[in-house]
Amino acid sequence: MKEQKLHDYLQEGLYKPIRRKRFLRFTALAGGSFMLGLSACRKEGQPGSGNFDVGSADIGILNFAYALEQIEAAFYTKVNASYYKNAPLSEKQVLFDIMHHEVAHRDLFKKALGSNAIGDLQFDFSMVDFTSRDSVLNTSKALEDTGVAAYNGAGPFLQSADYLKIAGKIVSVEARHAAAIRDLLNPRSADFAGDDIVDPTTGLDFGRTPNSTAGGQSIVAIANSFLLTKISASQLP
Amino acid sequence: MKALKIFEEAYEKEVIEKNFTRREALTKGLGLGLKTALAAVPLGLLDALGNKAQAAPSNPDIIKILNYALTLEYLEDTFYKTGLSTSGLIAAGDMKIFMQISKHETAHVALLQTTITALGGTPVAEPTFDFTAGGMFPDVFTNYQRFMGLSAAFEDLGVRAYKGQAVNLVGAKDVLSVALRVHSVEARHASEVRRLRSSKGWINFAEADGLPGFIYDGEENVVQLGIDVTTITTVNRGAVTQAFDEPLSMPPVLQIAGPFIK
Repeated sequence: MKEQKLHDYLQEGLYKPIRRKRFLRFTALAGGSFMLGLSACRKEGQPGSGNFDVGSADIGILNFAYALEQIEAAFYTKVNASYYKNAPLSEKQVLFDIMHHEVAHRDLFKKALGSNAIGDLQFDFSMVDFTSRDSVLNTSKALEDTGVAAYNGAGPFLQSADYLKIAGKIVSVEARHAAAIRDLLNPRSADFAGDDIVDPTTGLDFGRTPNSTAGGQSIVAIANSFLLTKISASQLP
Repeated sequence: MKALKIFEEAYEKEVIEKNFTRREALTKGLGLGLKTALAAVPLGLLDALGNKAQAAPSNPDIIKILNYALTLEYLEDTFYKTGLSTSGLIAAGDMKIFMQISKHETAHVALLQTTITALGGTPVAEPTFDFTAGGMFPDVFTNYQRFMGLSAAFEDLGVRAYKGQAVNLVGAKDVLSVALRVHSVEARHASEVRRLRSSKGWINFAEADGLPGFIYDGEENVVQLGIDVTTITTVNRGAVTQAFDEPLSMPPVLQIAGPFIK
């Protein structure tokens, strides 16, 4: 029964109102702006009309973070709209909480960036099998670990103490997510902070700048693998 | 005692001037007096470190911050080493978790020592710790629940402490990078141990889940970048508090850690 309740809450109490309310608020904010109205109405999955460069300096870094948060928020919204087969309540609760956090992060960046914000991105989650626990949790793990590395890598380039402060407040929550998801995948093991992600000699997490290809695909490239509307960070390291 | 020397300056400058002595801070650290004591510190003061960080920090300032971090890492490192070497304390099924955490804390100690030396500073010596906090937690190494509780407290406190200093390192890219990359590891630890204790991996409002409440004071904040996040998102207030971890500046962190340092 408890599980059914949570499910109902997700369906009725959260998922739909987010979309409806966001749409209403968005169009209200947009006022007479045809462009904003249009992007708010655009259906998910439809190819994006253009690409976004995140910009330079602090605003560029915040926009880059905003792009990552848009991807995460969209991913978890889909995950929570229809869980993978036989998802236990304990796992639904984790995914449900994380969705809320990512939506809050996304909404804060959008508001804080104001007219500097990149537009709403269009997503491509075609490589994720949302009916498969393995596919969903491994995608989640990759997104969270990438998020941690991205904030850690870009943070030192921020000039504004206020922006660094907000990045710090968010990155530790992403790290909490990463550990929880890793714990779901391999319970009670060392994986929550495994040697694959935390250097066993220095005890350091990854930190990667947006375009760095040290250690594989750049974070920009990883982000773009989830996007129809491609982003670039040509003025960031 | 040597390690504490580094703190005295901070206290003298920021706390004692406000009629709040270090001795009081340390002895009241985990007592009921803390709230009152903290109330004596003007609100702006707790945030003072966070607001002044515009110019790049000087080397002595950086070294002071790193020695403060090193002291907290010593505390964690010794705590886990003691726990792991106490037979029968940690549940067999959880050993891998605490061995991994312990490995990281040992690595952090070495890394900070190296970094401080590389910057021309002198790493503080390891203080002597009293994990019973003057007898407040006599069963810390015999009661696994207590041990896990203190572990969660130290990890969450570590996250807040690093976060509190990050803003003081703006412009010192390399050191800031190290601090951030340690900070997120502490957060991974915190999440894991919290979940072991059947809490959520993230902090809901300022809920302490049976731990001393003042460790979580301020975590209920919903105003970020001057924006009340609850007014711009459909996400409920509790989730907004979970979504943002809050920093803690040196004085309150030291008030909390003080009773564990002899």
